[in-house]
Amino acid sequence: MPEIRVTPLGAGQDVGRSCILVSIAGKNVMLDCGMHMGFSDDRRFPDFSYITRSGRLTDFLDCVIISHFHLDHCGALPYFSEMVGYDGPIYMTQPTQAICPILLEDYRKIAVDKKGEANFFTSQMIKDCMKKVVAVHLHQTVQVDDELEIKAYYAGHVLGAAMFQIKVGSESVVYTGDYNMTPDRHLGAAWIDKCRPNLLITESTYATTIRDSKRCRERDFLKKVHETVERGGKVLIPVFALGRAQELCILLETFWERMDLKAPIYFSTGLTEKANHYYKLFIPWTNQKIRKTFVQRNMFEFKHIKAFDRAFADSPGPMVVFATPGMLHAGQSLQIFRKWAGNEKNMVIMPGYCVQGTVGHKILSGQRKLEMEGRQVLEVKMQVEYMSFSAHADAKGIMQLVGQAEPENVLLVHGEAKKMEFLKQKIEQEFRVSCYMPANGETVTLPTSPSIPVGISLGLLKREMAQGLLPDAKKPRLLHGTLIMKDSNFRLVSSEQALKELGLAEHQLRFTCRVHLHDTRKEQETAVRVYSHLKSVLKDHCVQHLPDGSVTVESILIQAAAHSEDPGTKVLLVSWTYQDEELGSYLTSLLKKGLPQAS
Amino acid sequence: MAAHLKKRVYEEFTKVVQQQQEEIATKKLRLTKPSKSAALHIDLCKATSPADALQYLLQFARKPVEAESVEGVVRILLEHYYKENDPSVRLKIASLLGLLSKTAGFSPDCIMDDAINILQNEKSHQVLAQLLDTLLAIGTKLPDNQAIQMRLVDVACKHLTDTSHGVRNKCLQLLGNLGSLEKSVTKDAEGLAVRDVQKIIGDYFSDQDPRVRTAAIKAMLQLHERGLKLYQTIYTQACKLLSDDYEQVRSAAVQLIWVVSQLYPESIVPIPSSNEEIRLVDDAFGKICHMVSDGSWVVRVQASKLLGSMEQVSSHFLEQTLDKKLMSDLRRKRTAHERAKELYTSGEFSSGRKWGDDAPKEEVDTGAVNLIESGACGAFVHGLEDEMYEVRIAAVEALCMLAQSSPSFAEKCLDFLVDMFNDEIEEVRLQSIHTMRKISNNITLREDQLDTVLAVLEDSSRDIREALHELLCCTNVSTKEGIHLALVELLKNLTKYPTDRDSIWKCLKFLGSRHPTLVLPLVPELLSTHPFFDTAEPDMDDPAYIAVLVLIFNAAKTCPTMPALFSDHTFRHYAYLRDSLSHLVPALRLPGRKLVSSALSPNIMPHEDPSHQFLQQSLERVYSLQHLDPQGTQELLEFTIRDLQRLGELQSELAGVADFSATYLRCQLLLIKIMEETYKMEFMYSGVENKQVVIIHHMRLQAKALQLIVTARTARGVDPLFGMCEKFLQEVDFFQRCFIADLPHLQDSFVDKLLDLMPRLMTSKPAEVVKILHTMLRQSTFLHLPLPEQIHKASATIIEPAGESDNPLRFTSGLVVALDVDATLEHVQDPQSTVKVQVSYPDGQAQMIHPKPADFRNPGPGRHRLITQVYLSHTAWTEPCQVEVRLLLAYNSSSRIPKSPWIEGGEMSSQVETSIEGTIPFSKSVKVYIMPKPARR
Repeated sequence: MPEIRVTPLGAGQDVGRSCILVSIAGKNVMLDCGMHMGFSDDRRFPDFSYITRSGRLTDFLDCVIISHFHLDHCGALPYFSEMVGYDGPIYMTQPTQAICPILLEDYRKIAVDKKGEANFFTSQMIKDCMKKVVAVHLHQTVQVDDELEIKAYYAGHVLGAAMFQIKVGSESVVYTGDYNMTPDRHLGAAWIDKCRPNLLITESTYATTIRDSKRCRERDFLKKVHETVERGGKVLIPVFALGRAQELCILLETFWERMDLKAPIYFSTGLTEKANHYYKLFIPWTNQKIRKTFVQRNMFEFKHIKAFDRAFADSPGPMVVFATPGMLHAGQSLQIFRKWAGNEKNMVIMPGYCVQGTVGHKILSGQRKLEMEGRQVLEVKMQVEYMSFSAHADAKGIMQLVGQAEPENVLLVHGEAKKMEFLKQKIEQEFRVSCYMPANGETVTLPTSPSIPVGISLGLLKREMAQGLLPDAKKPRLLHGTLIMKDSNFRLVSSEQALKELGLAEHQLRFTCRVHLHDTRKEQETAVRVYSHLKSVLKDHCVQHLPDGSVTVESILIQAAAHSEDPGTKVLLVSWTYQDEELGSYLTSLLKKGLPQAS
Repeated sequence: MAAHLKKRVYEEFTKVVQQQQEEIATKKLRLTKPSKSAALHIDLCKATSPADALQYLLQFARKPVEAESVEGVVRILLEHYYKENDPSVRLKIASLLGLLSKTAGFSPDCIMDDAINILQNEKSHQVLAQLLDTLLAIGTKLPDNQAIQMRLVDVACKHLTDTSHGVRNKCLQLLGNLGSLEKSVTKDAEGLAVRDVQKIIGDYFSDQDPRVRTAAIKAMLQLHERGLKLYQTIYTQACKLLSDDYEQVRSAAVQLIWVVSQLYPESIVPIPSSNEEIRLVDDAFGKICHMVSDGSWVVRVQASKLLGSMEQVSSHFLEQTLDKKLMSDLRRKRTAHERAKELYTSGEFSSGRKWGDDAPKEEVDTGAVNLIESGACGAFVHGLEDEMYEVRIAAVEALCMLAQSSPSFAEKCLDFLVDMFNDEIEEVRLQSIHTMRKISNNITLREDQLDTVLAVLEDSSRDIREALHELLCCTNVSTKEGIHLALVELLKNLTKYPTDRDSIWKCLKFLGSRHPTLVLPLVPELLSTHPFFDTAEPDMDDPAYIAVLVLIFNAAKTCPTMPALFSDHTFRHYAYLRDSLSHLVPALRLPGRKLVSSALSPNIMPHEDPSHQFLQQSLERVYSLQHLDPQGTQELLEFTIRDLQRLGELQSELAGVADFSATYLRCQLLLIKIMEETYKMEFMYSGVENKQVVIIHHMRLQAKALQLIVTARTARGVDPLFGMCEKFLQEVDFFQRCFIADLPHLQDSFVDKLLDLMPRLMTSKPAEVVKILHTMLRQSTFLHLPLPEQIHKASATIIEPAGESDNPLRFTSGLVVALDVDATLEHVQDPQSTVKVQVSYPDGQAQMIHPKPADFRNPGPGRHRLITQVYLSHTAWTEPCQVEVRLLLAYNSSSRIPKSPWIEGGEMSSQVETSIEGTIPFSKSVKVYIMPKPARR
């Protein structure tokens, strides 16, 4: 029995280090290769030794697919390919290919230079690893080998995020990666066609959340920024370099444009600048508005947003600053925060989640006096706002995608077990498909019944089509032909052609049957009665009375003879070929009922 | 170089005109061309290869064929069809047959037999499809012939089993267009087997080809359009198609479901997997709502659009569309809208400072949460958040239509509409503001909502701001703080964009008159009066101060206690503003002061109005006159005209009628200027009915007669007279044909007598004709001009350029300078093609500029706004001089006349409509100071 096996090495009932192994029709594919943010020991990377204890990974895996550039989806890639050793192809979209090495390098710097870790991958390894990458376009079908093909769909989570369909023959699996079903200011919504895969592997970060409309949040955000700037205050927005930062930039930029505001907006330099450059280049991956207007003006060519310089923080007057990192735990954003915290005219807006222990978390939970290093106490007078801009699909969005793709089975990853349980129950209830949620290292096996393609000769098909009158999807139709199996390839041809091809002579197979009729008249008269009876019953068949006294219905021959012993009984000899079996047996049963009494 | 450039500029202006002339020339040629059927035959015989034949056919197809020769051409084509082996040529012939059978005045039943005949022998699928198309054209040409239709339907049914989707498509199309409507009629026609067209088409809903499925649904819709009542059973079939794999099928299915839901809104359908039953319209509404989150945006647009027109849906379902149960970690959460409302009712303003502000409250029962609602839940929430702006616009439109029919829904959708004011696409923002305006009668804005609405006033787009002003004109505000907030924001807007002055004043006028009681407590603050001290008198020319006064004065109109709060200078300012801005400042009943226009009292109904009576009386007086000769009559007419004009100035609501009548009277007086004036009457007023047009044309005819007489008296020789006479008689003939229906109304008139004498005139010599005309003109009586129901004069005001600037616009001669023109047009029909800008230079040169259609905006019914750029250019001048800019109304007398059968061929009349016969200036000209400098070398 053919089957699909799925084993999450990471992200099974968990968020972080996404890595899922899929075996489909003898092909092994690894989906994502991420790291875990919560750990800094061996647990941060997936356990690749699970794949194969001995022997090289390249021999075992047919390909690796990376869905997008977030580190929890691609962070372990250099480790996997260079240190563990994998030389096969790695597939990702072009924006991912462009931005991924920047983030990996940044990650390496923090791990090695700041934390001083040894035995970590090097810059050279990142470069070598990226050489193994093959870029794919949206909706492009890539043949990995003769049988395995993959295809990318738009996922909308971050720039270049994609969902992948993996297909071998008629069996297929769709892996969503992270995706977003509500469009935002710079990206569109995820979309997939009705591809009806055997299995849909979907993320479930917000399995138990239904979100409010995005517009309210945007409006609130803009209103708060606008009010503060009008008061002459300064606004600090701590962000991570990629993703939300660009969305908020576009939001503010268009607002500034619309409202004709003059206050400057700054963007902290470094990583973000580089990333902005890529956003400018990958316009086809953005939303409708940006795609339509970029000929006049590229939305990422910000008019009002300039690069930040440390000296600007002290300059008077209102301004808006985007600074990294997003949780106010270190770096530029913290420096600016300390400078501005004392003035109640200023404001800090936290656009995302903050981990416990960071300054961001403290001020969000209402703390007004912060202890900084060196026993200093910083009094926070500035306003603190929280605003959640998140780019994952909520429960409704996940259901919508499942509805769009119409899979036979669903498998949940990238979420918490308790929340998955709820969604699993919902999916099973609404769509009546089975749903799985394996933990890390647990294997799910799905039996499949792949359909086997059979070629049919055009002549045969046309001949059969011509016979039927109206199309009727509900009724199966009988078709006569010969199935030829040759070199694992199936063909359905007409029997004449099959005989010709195989060099066989045709054998005629005839059935004959005697029907006893009680009839005292002569044979000829009996034949005439049979003829008139059949003629009246079988209106749409050709019934003929031949001169030699026999009756034919199509190609079925009926002859009447006197019984050798009993002259009162006539024997009807019915003879038909194998092809006319249906009609022949019907005819005999009809004749066995006897003839109607002559009036 | 400069000269060269200048030349180019002029070339561009003149090009347009030349092209038009060319088109006219080709049209004339075509009309005189003889039938080409014989030539076609020769051509086709000559053709050696299929490609050649195809070329000839293509050439032939470019020229129209007259109705008389169609049959001959068809015969030749059919003959070639039988001989032809190449399918592409046969295809072309088949398509030509279809085209020819559409020719006006040709009855195609004679070629039907042939067409059906060749259909039976045809093998190529493409040609078959084309032939069916031809049959469709024939069938639609003969809508009354039942027998033919039956035959065609039979043919279509026979070919429905064809293997090619194209043929099946065409068959279904044919069935949809020709399938018989009533069974009873078909039964007695010929006794052919009655076919249930709906059933046949319905069978193809499950065809294997999506294109055929789409065609089947479309055919069904076509049947509905033709008035056949669809069966209710189709509903379940259509519902299945909603989950089709192909978007065009789903899109058509949504339409079909909508149609059925409108036909059987009250029938009951069961809900699958439960015992409950609901109304069909509710079920359909739920299903269409579900399609708002379809994978294809085409379907989403279609679904959102249709939602708007489902007004019978029950309010329970309707309100669900805006409902989205939020939850976070399985706990119920309130939406931002709910929170805002709660904060408002509790009297607090949003603090927003707490992180846990939106923290989820109650636990949600996991079993009760329904993630995929089959119902209408949150359809609009999804539609308004869609990625494609087309969907969002459609959703906003649908919201508008539903809210107009349901006040409670209007109240609920307000929050969502306000949110749309922040959309990234300007069109969507504009649309949502307009929508809000349309439903504003049903709603009252809360303060927090008003706040969001007012924030948009700072938008840099002029259209958005003006739309918002319009919205504020008709919104209801609940508190005095709200009024104050609106005023403050509007003043802010005024300082930021001073060009919005007029629009803001107008907005405040309505705001004041709608909320007098809310303005009252604000008056002392607004006028900054003090109970004890006199305050400084504000600057009278400050637009912001005027804005405040406009608000207060309009509120005071219905609030008699308010003037008591005014200080002395306010009264003085009132008098000034009442004079200078009379359209914004109403007449007030001020203590101790006379009303400015005492004749008017707002309580008197318009039809009892004395001024209206006066108008009637003066007109009756004039109509009682019999002849033009007596001297006293003319004086009376002059007086009446003066009276009417003054009346029009005083009474804006009677202006149209009075002015119209005055113009008519003036025509009687000034027959010399009549040509011009009649054209004015015809084209400058909207709402003129046929009755009036007749009289206007009659007047013109009289004038032409007069002209003829004058020419006859002055001209020497008879030769020019012959031509003129003939032309005049043609005109009379034309008049008779055009207005034959109205002739009974014109008894005893000039034309009535003229037509009596027509046979005599036709044979007479010019001199005699002139004589007859002369006497007839003397004898002719006044025609009573029936007052049209609604008449508006087309007018235009140029707002920009203001014509006050002393600084000349300097530019290098030979180059162009762009002049911004901003004008409002009132009651202009089809301004895109009729309104032109004229620039006249001091040297007598005049240029006519056609503004782009996109430059016209339509802010309200009957009103248009022209914002365009006019390019000026000239050779160098020694000193600055003024050019005149004004707006012209282009007219064409034949476009008004109802289409008549003798104007052959549809193309010709459309040609006529676009050409310009003459122009009428309808705005005051504005002088612009310009100075083309010589180019520096």
